[in-house]
Amino acid sequence: MAMCIVVIAKENYPLYIRSTPTEYTLKFYYMVHTSLDVVDEISAMGKALVYQRELYLGLFYPTEDYKVYGYMTSSKVKFVMVVDSSNTALIFQKLHNSYTDVMCNPFYNPGDRIQSRAFDNTVTLMMIQVC
Amino acid sequence: MADEALFLLLHNEMVSGVYKSAEQGEVENGRCITKLENMGFRVGQGLIERFTKDTARFKDELDIMKFICKDFWTTVFKKQIDNLRTNHQGIYVLQDNKFRLLTQLSAGKQYLEHASKIKAGQGITTGNTGGLQESKVDFLGLLVAGSSAGERKVTSSLLTAEEVLMGRWGMWKVAKIIYSFKGSSLN
Repeated sequence: MAMCIVVIAKENYPLYIRSTPTEYTLKFYYMVHTSLDVVDEISAMGKALVYQRELYLGLFYPTEDYKVYGYMTSSKVKFVMVVDSSNTALIFQKLHNSYTDVMCNPFYNPGDRIQSRAFDNTVTLMMIQVC
Repeated sequence: MADEALFLLLHNEMVSGVYKSAEQGEVENGRCITKLENMGFRVGQGLIERFTKDTARFKDELDIMKFICKDFWTTVFKKQIDNLRTNHQGIYVLQDNKFRLLTQLSAGKQYLEHASKIKAGQGITTGNTGGLQESKVDFLGLLVAGSSAGERKVTSSLLTAEEVLMGRWGMWKVAKIIYSFKGSSLN
């Protein structure tokens, strides 16, 4: 089961990258990078969005059997996930909760890489669960 | 409940603490104010992350400002902003007639300068604005009419604020304590 989770900052650089299994890592990074364009496209649609936190990006790479999902918070932080199951809403909620906790940590400077162990554990839990 | 008094007292101590531990020359060159604003900014960011977790996406700037005036202000200060104005060109003026953090200061010119420090500790607003804004908005200040328990309005103002406001808004009757600060969003 292939899976990759990336947290991307407002300025479009990665804050946190994690993927399993490792032979696909580079491919995942590339896909996540290209999916940023889609994210921009959808958020630029402006008036068309009413209540849309979750952006379903659809099947990017048809030969493999996984999909790329995206999610954007109000402060323009994006979570991109490469996965092959479809209970993504829940996963994104948990991710968002974890991210909020990281944000509230006074020792964390927004814009730094996320090094919180609690966040790591949440992501690990997510990957295990899905796999 | 005592938690409101707790926050107010803690906030005041924080402000005076920063000033007490200021080094030579820091008070004059405004570094203390910057420190307070940055503190408030960071707190504001964290708060905003928590509050907007479940709310819908914001359509435009006005939406963001309305959210700040209603939901955010209610949660933090237990009341809403009394007046929100804009010139539709990026300037928003929020007016609060009874700013929680200043109501306990006695009304009079004596404490005017200290009030501005307390206001700086309210960089909390810049924090959440910076967190939410999509474009550069010259957020011209919080107009705060601090009034004491007796609801008297003190007629004094910071000269710079008055000038700027007159220039941008044309006729503007300044009859309240006005504290303003420029917060620009970080992109």
